[in-house]
This record gives sequence, C-alpha cells and structure tokens, in this order.
Amino acid sequence: MKVLIDQDKCVGSGQCVLAAPEVFDQRDEDGIAILLTDSPTEDQLAGVRQAARICPALAIELVEA
Amino acid sequence: MTDTLDAAAFPMQRICPFDPPPELGLRRADAPVSRVRIWDGSTPWLITRYDDQRAVLADPRFSADSRKPGFPYQGPALKARRDRNRAFISMDNPEHDKFRRMLTRDFMIKRIEALRPRIQSIVDGLIDDLLEQGPPADLVSTFALPVPSLVICELLGVPYADHDYFQQRSRLMISQLTTPEDAVRAADELKQYLVDLIKVKEKEPTDDLLGRLVVSQLQTGSLTVEAIADMAVLLLVAGHETTANMIGLGTLALLRNPEQLALVRAAGDNTDPALISNTVEELLRYLTIVHTGRRRVATEDVEVGGQLIRAGEGVIVANDAGNRDASIFDGDPDQLDVQRDARHHIAFGYGIHQCLGQPLARVELQVVYGTLYRRLPELALAIPFEDVRFKHDMIVYGVHELPLTW
Ligand code: HEM
Ligand code: SF4
Repeated sequence: MKVLIDQDKCVGSGQCVLAAPEVFDQRDEDGIAILLTDSPTEDQLAGVRQAARICPALAIELVEA
Repeated sequence: MTDTLDAAAFPMQRICPFDPPPELGLRRADAPVSRVRIWDGSTPWLITRYDDQRAVLADPRFSADSRKPGFPYQGPALKARRDRNRAFISMDNPEHDKFRRMLTRDFMIKRIEALRPRIQSIVDGLIDDLLEQGPPADLVSTFALPVPSLVICELLGVPYADHDYFQQRSRLMISQLTTPEDAVRAADELKQYLVDLIKVKEKEPTDDLLGRLVVSQLQTGSLTVEAIADMAVLLLVAGHETTANMIGLGTLALLRNPEQLALVRAAGDNTDPALISNTVEELLRYLTIVHTGRRRVATEDVEVGGQLIRAGEGVIVANDAGNRDASIFDGDPDQLDVQRDARHHIAFGYGIHQCLGQPLARVELQVVYGTLYRRLPELALAIPFEDVRFKHDMIVYGVHELPLTW
C-alpha cells in the first residue's frame, strides 16, 4: 500500500501522527503533515488506515498495491 | 418533518444530564435531516447522523462565516458580537488556512508533548494544595479551571494573575443568558486587554506564542495588532473553558460509574497510558461538551442524506447525537465504556475547523485523569447528585461547581 498526503489540504490537526507515529510526522516550520515512509509495513497498516479515516481534512489517500 | 411549520424548538431539553436530549436520538433514527425552529424563528436543518455530519463538515459548500445570510446563530448575544473578534473559526478557505497555519506549529504534537512534564507539575502542585487544605473543596474553582488556565497563559504569554478578568469575560461570552449588550462589552474588553498586552510585547518580544506572532506577523507587516488580538481572544476562551469542563463533568461522570472509575484509577499515571488515553477519547465522545451543534450555512444547493438543502439555508450539526450513533460506535454508545474504541469521535468537530487545540486538550486531560483519581483515591461527591448545577445555558456544557471530599 502507498500513502499520499495532500499538504495543501492539511490543517495540522496531528491526528495522523497520533494514529501512526512511525509513518506520519509534522513539519517543524508549520506543523503540516509529512510522511516518514510512503510504504508502511504490515504492522503499521492498521494505524495508517485509522489516520486516513480520522483525518479531518481528507488529506490522506491510501492506494492499495 | 420537512414542513417548516412542524419544526420543533431547538435546543431541546436534556433528561439525563450526561445524555443528549432524547429527541435527538429519535430524529437520528427517523428524520436524520429535518427542520428545527431556533430562537429567531428561523428553521435550519438539524443533522443527527454521524456520516451525514462528517459529510457536511468536510464540504466547502457549507460555510462557517456567521456574517452570511441564513447563518443559524446560537442566540442573540452571539449574533450581536459576530463582527467582534472575527477569527478563523468563522472564516472559510482560503482565508481560514492562512490564519490557522500561523498557529499550527505551536500546537503540533511534538511541541505539545514537550509540555507534558510542565503540565504534570502544574497538576501535581494543585493536588498538593488540595491535600494540604483538606476536604471539602470545589473541584471546578480549585483545580478544573486553574489547570488549563495556567497552561494556556504560559503558552500564549498572558499573565495568570489577570485570570479573574479574562475568565469573567469569557464566561459572559459563552453564556446564552448574557444580554447582547453585555456580550459585546465583554468581547470588547477582552480584546482591548489583549491589544494592550500585544503592544507591550511589541516593545519587548517574549518567547511565547503571542510574542512569536508579534515577531513573525506584526513586525513583518502581515497582521495588525487587532488581527492578532482577535486570534488571541479565540485561543484564550477556547483554551480554558473547554478543558475545564471536561475535567469537572468528566470527574462527575466517572464518580457515577464507579467500576469505570476503578479502571481509570488503576491505570493511573504511567502504568497504563494507553487506557488513560482511551479514557480521554471516550469521555470526549460521551460528554461532547461543545453541545449546541456546529453551525453552518449552505452556499449552494447540496443534498445531504437524501434531503435537498438549498443555498442560503442554515444547518446545525448535532455532534453530540453523532457521537452516540450506534452504527458507528461498538456496543451501546449510550454507556460510558473507557475501553471502547472511540478514537473517531467528532467531539472536536470535523473538517478544516476541527479543533486546533486538540493535542493540548488531550495531554492536559491525560495528565489529569492519570493523576487526580490515583492521588485522591477516596474522591466522592460532597453534595447530593440532584443538587449539582449543570451548564444548560452555556455554549460549553459542564458543571458550575463540583464540591468533593476525599
Ligand atoms: C476538551 C477540550 C476541547 C473541546 C471539546 C474543543 C472543541 C472544539 C470544537 C468542537 C471545535 C470546532 C468548531 C466548529 O467546527 O465550528 C473547536 C475549534 C477550535 N478549538 Fe477547540 N476544543 C477543546 C480545547 C481547545 C483548546 C485547549 C484550544 C486552544 C488552546 C482550542 C482551540 C480551538 C480553536 C482555535 C478552534 C478553531 C479551529 C478552526 O476554526 O480552524 N480548543 N474546538
Ligand atoms: S490528520 Fe490530516 S489534517 Fe491532521 S495533520 Fe494529518 S494530514 Fe494534516
């Protein structure tokens, strides 16, 4: 699975970082979400799916391989 | 139900103080998008299902701009002060993101997490005071309100010594019983207080959120003193009334559910942070203290849950009802269950306006719930439950006072 973030949409809620801290982080300058990896491992998938589900700005897209 | 003449009065009455008005649940089952009549006689749409609510709040065709015709105000006092302290909570994009992004750095997870030890020491200090002074005490005035007030003051760079001044004014601003004149005066006074403070920081910038805005926005000419003060009013009011009520009402809810309280007490401090963090999410969901609904107005015709909403019509998203939607939350959503997966609740709203302060609120509540019941294991209500006064007339729900013994 591939993860995509639309940084123009992101409102810096931090929800993704709480859901999957190994996959998402926030930019030091402005708190906008960044990816630590775009190809999460098996055991990171549940957190990534939760992040995509709760992101308030619909900024996270998951592309199933 | 779509007949405007039939529209029932909103807000409706609660029966159980912890549950949304039963009428909301009935509508969620039978008329999930239906008209209600509000204080000014207008008949906005009430949205009660979780999925419809998230769809509305994520849809840019619904505006949060309270100056637009058809916007369903909470009451006359809020209408009267709508042009005062206009901040990004009532702006649409692209304006909203421009302002919000000036603050997202200060509220990001990393930076808020770094405040945890300081928040822990504030919480411990206030509990030390309670232990020294001895029971009984009102938890609201001695603990629930000081915790978030001290924290937001440090974060913003507002002197805590002035707390009576700004707490009184924010209380007037979020009460439905305030007259329009008093609401306007309170908003103007609070803004003036912050304008004066920002001017002091302009001479001598401080290392706090307002001090940084002075350097990054005021001295670069991007924002005026007034615009920064408008944001500061929003942060100050939103930053303490909300968390304070989650502490007061949350504690009462746990006292009424002793087996749940026992779980939280056992998980106290760092022995089981996952359960504490789950407790925070569940109490946010169960209590949904920002309880008068998210207010929006349609800027185009939009269909929601099979119902056509016309451009210019108001909508009220009852997120307290959405947070009890049994198609979304496992088990019985009307029960408090600190082990439930509640992470997808919408107590912080949804869409671009979802709470900016949520990382801070979470850490504050995790520290409080993880510490208070462990250090005061015998905590009990000092008055009959029937005598507790609930904040039915406030925009943020909670208890006015909570006399406790331990
Ligand atoms: C338990 C505590 C809290 C709850 C339940 C809560 C709830 C909410 C809700 C429901 C909204 C959305 C409003 C809308 O959609 O119209 C919101 C927005 C907001 N909250 Fe909170 N809040 C809490 C704590 C805080 C704290 C501690 C702060 C700041 C220090 C804060 C600052 C804000 C701001 C600035 C907004 C506007 C965001 C925007 O429009 O982009 N809140 N909050
Ligand atoms: S959850 Fe969405 S809005 Fe929030 S920080 Fe992550 S990408 Fe941005």
